[in-house]
Amino acid sequence: MGYVVESLKQLFGKAPARPDSAGMSAEARAVHQAKKRQPLSKEALEAAHAEHRARGGNHTWRNRRWATLIGVNLLFVISYYFDVQLVEGALTAARVVGFHFADLNASLQVTLAFREMVLNLMIGTATVTLMWWLLGGRTFCSWVCPYHLLAEGAEWLHLRLVQRRIIKDHTFHRGVRTLFYLVFALLALATGYTVFETVSPTGIVSRALIYGPTLALVWVGGLLLFEIFVSRRAWCRYVCPIGVTYGIVGTLSPLRVQYDVTDCHHEGDCRKVCLVPHVLDVTVKGRAASLRQDLTSDCTRCGLCVDVCPTSSLRFKVKGADKLL
Amino acid sequence: MSEEKQERRPVSPRRREQNRREFLRSAGLAAGVLCASLLGAIPVLRGESARLRPPGALKDLLDEQRFLASCIKCGQCVQVCPVEAIKLADLGDGFGIGTPFIEAREQACDFSCDGLQCVLACPTGALTHEINYPAESRMGFARLSRPDACLAVRGKGFAGVARGAGFAGKLRFEAVDRWNPIPLGDHPFDLELCDLCVRLCPIEIRIAQCAQGNPPSGDANQCPPRSAIALEPAGGEGAMVPVVKDGCVGCGVCEMVCPVEQSAIVIDIDKTLDTV
Repeated sequence: MGYVVESLKQLFGKAPARPDSAGMSAEARAVHQAKKRQPLSKEALEAAHAEHRARGGNHTWRNRRWATLIGVNLLFVISYYFDVQLVEGALTAARVVGFHFADLNASLQVTLAFREMVLNLMIGTATVTLMWWLLGGRTFCSWVCPYHLLAEGAEWLHLRLVQRRIIKDHTFHRGVRTLFYLVFALLALATGYTVFETVSPTGIVSRALIYGPTLALVWVGGLLLFEIFVSRRAWCRYVCPIGVTYGIVGTLSPLRVQYDVTDCHHEGDCRKVCLVPHVLDVTVKGRAASLRQDLTSDCTRCGLCVDVCPTSSLRFKVKGADKLL
Repeated sequence: MSEEKQERRPVSPRRREQNRREFLRSAGLAAGVLCASLLGAIPVLRGESARLRPPGALKDLLDEQRFLASCIKCGQCVQVCPVEAIKLADLGDGFGIGTPFIEAREQACDFSCDGLQCVLACPTGALTHEINYPAESRMGFARLSRPDACLAVRGKGFAGVARGAGFAGKLRFEAVDRWNPIPLGDHPFDLELCDLCVRLCPIEIRIAQCAQGNPPSGDANQCPPRSAIALEPAGGEGAMVPVVKDGCVGCGVCEMVCPVEQSAIVIDIDKTLDTV
C-alpha cells in the first residue's frame, strides 16, 4: 500500500519522501552507519568504475529496449506495407492478429469526449491494461513509444550542449504534468473533442511511420528542438498524459526495478542517465529506508540505470516471482 | 538527520528565487502547450475540417462533433479498404487530425468490399456498426454541378479511358475481376452517349445485379431499395441529363469517373438522401 501511495505522489509531482530514522529498517540503518564509518576511498570508487567501463560499459538493456521499440513500430509498418495483417492500425488503437488493442490514454480521451464506449474499445482497453499491468505500466513509454526514441536522440544532443556550456538546462515543476493530465481530461469531457490527440507526438509519429509523413511532424520537430535547446526531455517529463496513465497502471505492476543499498557507492550515475530521476532519490546516501526498495511507478523500466550501475545495485525484479518459482 | 531539522531549515533567498522562476516557467509551459492544442479548435469551428467521410461516420451533415470525438485516429479503416480510398487528415484539420476522409475525385469508395470493411474495422464505432450494406450509408449526395460541361447533356459520347492513362484511381469491375479492383486507366470505354456516372454507380450496379437475380454475395439484403442516378431525356436532340435520385449515398464514384475536367458531378457533404 505504501508503495502505491508513494508512487502516485511522485507521479503527480510531489518530491520523494525522505524517511526519518524511525521509518528506517534496522538493517538499512546499519548499512548507512557502516558506510558513514568507513567511507569508500576515491581510489576504490574509481577502480570500481574503471572496471565497469573496461567491461565495455554496459548497454544490455538499452540495446534490448531499442530493438524492441524499433521492432514493434516496424511491425506496424511492415504489416501494412506488405498487407500481412499481423498488427493493423497505429499505436492509438490496433488489432494484433485480430485481437483489439487500444492505447489507454487514447481510449480515455475518446471515452470522455464521446461519453460512450463500444464493446470493441472496452475489450481493447482491458487487454492493454492487463498487458501493461504485467509489463510495468510506463514500460510503454521507453519500450514502445516512438517519440521516446526520438527524444533520446534530442537528449543526447542536449547533454552535449550543456556539457560544453553552450546552453543551460531549464527545469519545470513536475506537478505541471498532473495539471496537463487533468486539463486534457476535462477538455475532452467539456468540448467533446479529443484535444490532446491534436498535439500528441506519440500518435503523430506512429501514424506518420505507418501512413506516410505529415505536416504534423513539424510540431514534433519543434518539440524536439525545445528539448535540445531548452529543457531536457521536457515532453515526457512535464507534459505527456500518456505517461501518467501508464504510470497509474504501473503502480500495481509486479515488474519493477529494485534498488539494493548494500553495495551501492552512491556516486549517482544512475540519476544522471534517468528520465525520471526522482524515482532514484532512494539511491542518495542515507535515504534508503530498507535494504531493498522498489523504484516507484513513474519509472519507465528503461534499464539505463541497471546498465550504468557499476555494483549491480539496481536490477529488474518481478515481484512474487521467487515465491512462485 | 530528522525531518524536523529539515523543516526548520530556512529556504535561502537564492533557492526561493529559483523556485519562483521554475513556477513561472511551468506556468508558461502549461499555457504554451494548451494554447497549441486549442488552436486545433479553429478549423473545426470554422467548418473547414468537415469532409467526405467513410461509410457509417457518426455525423450529422456538416456537424462532425460525434465523429471527431469517437474516432481514435488509428487508421484501421485505411488499412482494410480494397481501393485505398481512405486517407487520414493532417494537422490542418485541428481536432480532426488523424481522422479518415475520402477525396472522391482522386479515389472514391466503390463499395468493392461489399461488406463495409472500414465499418467492421473501426474499433470505436466512429464508423457506426449499425450499418451493414452500401445502400445504408449516408456519406453525402451527388449534384450535377456543371450541367453545361456534362457530355450527356451535350449529347456526346465518350471513347477512351476516363481520367486519362496516368490516373491512379481504381474500381472493381465484376466482369473483369470479382475480387481485385483495377486501375480505371486499364478499362477503356466506347460509348455513344457518355453514361459513366450511371453505368459505374455502385448502387445502380447492385440494382442491376439484383434484377438479374444475382445479388452481391448472394445476399438479398445487399439490394438497394431505391435508384441513385439515371439518365433522363434533356431538351436537345439525343441529349440526356444525369438525374440524382433519392437512393444516392454519396460514395463519390460518379465524381471520380466523370471524364470532363473539372468533374461535372460532385458530392455535397451537407446533404444526404434523408434530407433532400
